Amino acid sequence: MANSQAMCTSFKSEILSGIHALGTTVTRASTSADTIKAALYLASASLGAATTAYSATGEVSGAGYSAGGITATNATAPTSSGTTAYWTPSASFTYTNVTLTTSFDCVLVYNSTQSNKAISVHTFGAQTITAGTFVLSMPTNDASNALIRIA
Amino acid sequence: MIVNTTKGEMDDSLLEKREGAIDNDNENTTWVEYWLAGELVHRSAHVRLKKPIISISETGSF
Repeated sequence: MANSQAMCTSFKSEILSGIHALGTTVTRASTSADTIKAALYLASASLGAATTAYSATGEVSGAGYSAGGITATNATAPTSSGTTAYWTPSASFTYTNVTLTTSFDCVLVYNSTQSNKAISVHTFGAQTITAGTFVLSMPTNDASNALIRIA
Repeated sequence: MIVNTTKGEMDDSLLEKREGAIDNDNENTTWVEYWLAGELVHRSAHVRLKKPIISISETGSF
């Protein structure tokens, strides 16, 4: 048996669960699972890797849509398989009976418990919705397909 | 089937239905529209994302 350099897979999962605090000023607002939300953004917005938190700037607006988006169903804790840690919301993001007439192509997943800090940005082909429902289905929650993976 | 529209709930037999789909590396999307006398009165869409967000972790060497 030989030693091998690696990022411990357990650490990857534990990052997703907020177990490790490597910074010196970490203050968690809650000791239970955080509330994760999903907000839609206009195609003209500029979200990406540099996005740090939810903002109403560039967010969609229209009948039936509440600023800040919807709360993600989070019934499945982060886990790992092989050397990949992963997490996926446990239900689709569903915006029911909305009218969003300006095209949008982006959803921001963010942590509303922790000062609305950003988690991930996902893009898709531009859409509009008229008196209808917009559904974002989640991929299979496994090491190859999960919405968020740390490999 | 009753459809929610900009003019309230309507029976789909009164409406023109249009459907479409997009399938590429990033997504599989389907949409349905209902039109009344040339006016869009309902549009819904269903996006299935294919491409997850991946962060690759590495350790440094001494």
